[in-house]
Amino acid sequence: MHYFRAPDARRFVNAALIIGVAFVIFGMSFGVLAVAAGASVAQACVMSLLVFTGASQMSAVSVLASGGSAASAFGGAVLLAGRNAVYGLALAPVLRSSALPARLLGAQWVIDETTALVAAEHDEKVRRTAFWVSAPILYASWNIGTLGGALIGSNIDPSDFGLDAAFPVMFIAMLAPHLRTPTGKRAALFGAIAAVALAPFMPIGLPILVSAVGMFFGISPSKQPPAETTDGAP
Amino acid sequence: MSWALVLALSGAAYALKLLGAVIIGQRTMPPAIERCLLLIPAALLAGLIAKDTFTTGQSIGIDARAVGLAVAAVATWKKLPFAIIIVLGVGTVAVIRLFV
Repeated sequence: MHYFRAPDARRFVNAALIIGVAFVIFGMSFGVLAVAAGASVAQACVMSLLVFTGASQMSAVSVLASGGSAASAFGGAVLLAGRNAVYGLALAPVLRSSALPARLLGAQWVIDETTALVAAEHDEKVRRTAFWVSAPILYASWNIGTLGGALIGSNIDPSDFGLDAAFPVMFIAMLAPHLRTPTGKRAALFGAIAAVALAPFMPIGLPILVSAVGMFFGISPSKQPPAETTDGAP
Repeated sequence: MSWALVLALSGAAYALKLLGAVIIGQRTMPPAIERCLLLIPAALLAGLIAKDTFTTGQSIGIDARAVGLAVAAVATWKKLPFAIIIVLGVGTVAVIRLFV
């Protein structure tokens, strides 16, 4: 993985390790919940390896734990996984330069956090480093946490430590660079309002897909100040 | 839990990722669409922040998480390091829950 030797790699290793702490804790909490909902340790681990979408996994096991059917667990989880398709569109340029096997692996790592880390960068090379360095660290963290939680099984509730706020809090730091442009501000405002205002009226997972409609503030070219003519330039 | 559910969910989740990242994402888009795609993270991150802070399931409300978010927003604005932003935000929520 030559990306780990890239000049900016260190920065993304650090960021991914910080997010990774949250992933281990929430992975554990998923492992515990999954086993409590009747999954075997192997099933919990396979889910984290193959599904690798925290919100979907949590939703599936909590539906089962509260006596819901497999069909409703599946439906709710798929709705929550839907946003990864949208993230994929945003990350496709980063993956496009890789060979097909790498792209197929990279697709599995398209989640909230990898998208956020990549999207905060502008340079195409740095974006690739951000993705290929952070993704394996986050993937490992989530899976180690799941295995630990499924095996140990002691129930720690992350919200007792305020850790349910960990993701919105880290996302606000990652959102900041996007608020520098007028279209970014509009897209964010639309996304935030849609996600909250529609919550009572739609199944969980759907409002956030409506948030994505905010991207269409980009459809008309933003008014750029006229290119400056430098004195003496040809 | 059945293996059928585990595998169906695995397949569906990966198919959705493939759909965006590889199947549709492979082609080059017109510039207007490219500009839109660049705004996806802004729209979705803001949506996730708002949802994770102001909703519980399908109900809307304001609680300790909103204060934690405000503290984190100030920390971000002050350009504090990433780890500090998280510790301040999470710590605020934990402390409020301890006393309220």
